[in-house]
Amino acid sequence: MTPVITTNRLTKRFGDFVATDSLTFSVNQGEIFGFLGANGAGKTTAMRMLCGLSLPSSGDATIAGFDVYKQTEDIKKNIGYMSQKFSLYEDLTVLENIRFFGGIYGLNNRQIREKCDALINRLGMEDETGKLVASLPLGWKQKLSFSVAVLHDPKIVFLDEPTGGVDPVTRRQFWDLIYEAAARGVTIFVTTHYMDEAEYCNRISIMVDGKIEALDTPGNLKRQFRSESMDDVFYQLARKARRGD
Amino acid sequence: MRTIRFLLQKEFRQIFRNKSILAMVMVMPIVQLLILPLAADYEIKNINLAVVDEDRSPYSQKLISKITSSGYFRLTGFENNYNEAFRLIEQEKADIVLQIPPHFESTLVRENKSALFVAVNAINGTKASLGGSYLSAIIRNFNGEIRVQLMQPGRFSRVEQVETPTRFWFNPFLNYHMYMVPGILAILVTMIGGFLSALNIVKEKEVGTIEQINVTPIHKHHFILGKLIPFWVLGNIVFIIGLGVSWLVYGIVPQGNIALLFAFVAVYLLAVLGLGLLVSTLCETQQQAMFIMFFFMMVFILMGGLFTSVDSMPDWARVIVRFNPVSYLIDVMRMVILKGSNFGDVRQKMIIIAGFAIVLNTLAILNYRKRA
Repeated sequence: MTPVITTNRLTKRFGDFVATDSLTFSVNQGEIFGFLGANGAGKTTAMRMLCGLSLPSSGDATIAGFDVYKQTEDIKKNIGYMSQKFSLYEDLTVLENIRFFGGIYGLNNRQIREKCDALINRLGMEDETGKLVASLPLGWKQKLSFSVAVLHDPKIVFLDEPTGGVDPVTRRQFWDLIYEAAARGVTIFVTTHYMDEAEYCNRISIMVDGKIEALDTPGNLKRQFRSESMDDVFYQLARKARRGD
Repeated sequence: MRTIRFLLQKEFRQIFRNKSILAMVMVMPIVQLLILPLAADYEIKNINLAVVDEDRSPYSQKLISKITSSGYFRLTGFENNYNEAFRLIEQEKADIVLQIPPHFESTLVRENKSALFVAVNAINGTKASLGGSYLSAIIRNFNGEIRVQLMQPGRFSRVEQVETPTRFWFNPFLNYHMYMVPGILAILVTMIGGFLSALNIVKEKEVGTIEQINVTPIHKHHFILGKLIPFWVLGNIVFIIGLGVSWLVYGIVPQGNIALLFAFVAVYLLAVLGLGLLVSTLCETQQQAMFIMFFFMMVFILMGGLFTSVDSMPDWARVIVRFNPVSYLIDVMRMVILKGSNFGDVRQKMIIIAGFAIVLNTLAILNYRKRA
């Protein structure tokens, strides 16, 4: 088991506010790592540092072997990212979005064509390829977003609340996509508020007020906190939080 | 290069799907060039004149009819005394009061001189000064006519007169359209280029799509070029449409080399777009970007030499004008279109604008941060 994400006392401050406080953890290759925490616990801030979108205040981290301070552009070649806010181009069609991001990631025309066909076929979106993304229902947008994030075969994909606001059936389909990617060896780093989704992860961490309070497999955590369900584990930890929204 | 091709493809698709941008690019230059030069005219007409004729003699009648038939004045009041006429100025019904004193004619005949009184409302400075000088010119002219009539044979006195004939070069009939149209076109190109570019990157920030770009290994200069080139093309299209309108509607044909004009505009657009993109990288919302660009545009336009001459500005203002790209374009447009200037004449301005383009675009690239 080789770690693809390692952090050491990774911290981000905004003025006096410590958004993430001394995070130290590692994620192994091919793992599905659940990154849990209440609203405002610092999940998105941590994820943005790992993706090279935000500069850490102190501490270290390496992603796919590259340093988050100096080698962000190398990191970006090796990761995919799906932000909390839908961020494909709404005024481009499904096909145009896929081709655009394929091109930006430097895939050649043949690769783009093959990826497009496979992706559209997998999502069953043959009839929607020419539609503007703005006209798609949320569930499809999210599945499309994920597929675009893994288009360039990244080593790691970061998903920030990918299933927020999505219906249960689509959530299941979404997790099927995640499992398929993980089976190909892609490491999944995912945040979620759904505890059933937490159960799908190999390991999970729970953040409270900027710190990681617990990190283990779902089974071990339930034993550790003498709980029947992840819901209860989360509740025991998160109610200690003093900040939130 | 391949990355830029994908960026351009995306940017052009978005532009052509956005009907309001297309309308702005195609319709705005046509409509503005049709309306503005006709309305923004330096000639002052319709000056409201109130007359107080206390003489009521043939001479005073003649003077009044001479003034009203000039076409510049509109007789809006004929009052009995000065106070009544001045009330019209207070009510904004009159711009100028002309008072003809009692015994105007008889004094003039007897003593060979007489006095008139002119009061001008100077709230609108241009109208007041031009109206006042038009009125003096008409009175001077009237004066010349009656002196000839009054001169009696035998008492022939030589009236000394110095005449100054003036020849106006490059715009012989002082046609205001020739002067205004190139300037308005310069401003149109600046506005469209400046606003489109300033609002673009910041829009991606607002919508959130820039996150998805920032997480890719895209080079910063590729991203900026991908924004610069499409708006550069649009700016040139606006310029071509504008030149077409000024030729078709106003009959303005560049006296100089049209290729030189295009070359200068090509460099100029890079500078304006660079400024827009820099503003766009600095701002977080479209609203902020809009306000900042409005600030620059106001200064650029009012200090660009379109409405007021740069040469008559105070020294400190002329220093500011040197940093105003619009003033260079307005100058060069007028030089090449009206005067037929060649490359040698505009070379220095071209170098300065190229300098602006390099500095502003470099700043835009440096200031575009993929990581907060």
